[in-house]
Amino acid sequence: MLEVDGLSKNYGRHTVVNDLHFRCDAGEVLGFLGPNGAGKSTTMKMLTGFVAPSAGTASVCGHDVRSETLAAQRRIGYLPEGAPSYAEMTPAQFLEFIADVRGLSGAERRARLDEVIDRLHLEPVLGQSIDTLSKGFKRRVGLAQAILHDPDVLILDEPTDGLDPNQKHEVRELIRSMSAEKLIVISTHILEEVEAVCSRAIIIADGRILVDDSPANLAQLGGGRLDLTFRRVTLGGEPPAAEPTA
Amino acid sequence: MSVVKALFRRELRSYFATPVAYVFIVIFLVLMGAFTFYLGGFYERGQADLRAFFNFHPWLYLFLVPAIAMRLWAEERKSGTIELLMTLPISPWQAVLGKYLAAWAFAAIALLLTFPIWLTVNYLGDPDNGAILAAYVGSLLMAGGFLAIGSCISAFTKNQVIAFVITVVVCFGFLLAGFSLVLDLFSAWAPQALLDGVASLSFLTHFNDISKGVIDLRDLVYFALVIGTFLYANTIVLGWKQAD
Repeated sequence: MLEVDGLSKNYGRHTVVNDLHFRCDAGEVLGFLGPNGAGKSTTMKMLTGFVAPSAGTASVCGHDVRSETLAAQRRIGYLPEGAPSYAEMTPAQFLEFIADVRGLSGAERRARLDEVIDRLHLEPVLGQSIDTLSKGFKRRVGLAQAILHDPDVLILDEPTDGLDPNQKHEVRELIRSMSAEKLIVISTHILEEVEAVCSRAIIIADGRILVDDSPANLAQLGGGRLDLTFRRVTLGGEPPAAEPTA
Repeated sequence: MSVVKALFRRELRSYFATPVAYVFIVIFLVLMGAFTFYLGGFYERGQADLRAFFNFHPWLYLFLVPAIAMRLWAEERKSGTIELLMTLPISPWQAVLGKYLAAWAFAAIALLLTFPIWLTVNYLGDPDNGAILAAYVGSLLMAGGFLAIGSCISAFTKNQVIAFVITVVVCFGFLLAGFSLVLDLFSAWAPQALLDGVASLSFLTHFNDISKGVIDLRDLVYFALVIGTFLYANTIVLGWKQAD
């Protein structure tokens, strides 16, 4: 469903993403983990056709993101980092615009709009302009936009960043509820999120894949704690002595 | 095509969702009126035509049209919505066309709201309305040319001020391409053929031709080429530096 083949990106001499290879299928929730600047966002931008790879390619549902960009983009729902949206629009107008661009029409369009509005509890703010919304609502508008066309592949860049614990919980529930029939790729640096929702985790640093395994197996590397594994693989060397959990 | 339509509607609506549209239209109409009656001497000329009105269009457009165009792409970059836009199944030319047409339609709305001057001149005398219509068409085409230049330049930067200033300078060059201010830059070294080529690029010459009431196919082709060329360049710029 998603095949990444030698994907690389460099800006001048600076390599941001270095020869990534992996593939994954529907039913998986893939967590993209890594320190800031590891290349997580750049990878997602390449998968969604926003940034052109310097080398290698990826295909989504059989569509190459370089040569069949639009076909691939039709199968993807994407939440960019920070959930950008048009500030002067209301969520209702914004989602209708996305529906038009996605080519939804008639009864299906209405049904999809109703479903995402209901699922993300946007009803109370539908008529308010987006720039007056709280961070949590803005993020939910971004998520609603991403799942509106019921995509096969969902790519979410830091979907819970800046949300309060209740909102984080809701977003994770949403991800879990959709994970059976879709492939979901999320990037995060919140380790508990990986344990909560991901079936597989890839840790990258300096643009390279360091480990690719299930969260449970990864945690074992760190003596049962994912954070120790993370520090060990991203900093290199031995795991620091287990500190007493706070 | 429905994608272009969706973009067009979103974009045009966004002008009126913020004070931008109202401020722009009011300033545009006030300046048009002031120029026509004070600088143009509309009454003093004692002639039933709108030369006093149309003569100032190129100069007003020089500052007002870049103000519409500067936000087209720079704002998308600044707010990060360009990432949303370009990861939707929209091709670059659809995005460029949808946004451009909305800006042009907005300029057309502002221009149409000058209709009281047309009513005035018809009340006072018996003008050649065909010539006035031609001048309106010419004015709209000239606004379209400026907008295409501005849209292309706006795609280079996330800074609207930079987009504005550079657009004004480039538009100024196009406006005066037939005059010594611009031609002297070339006359010292360029062959006569190039000099004639540059001179023929002048917005002012083409607009003046049309505003005399003669819609010549060459003038139409000229504006169509300017618009097409800059919009094409716009899609290329987007492709290049989509993510920067």
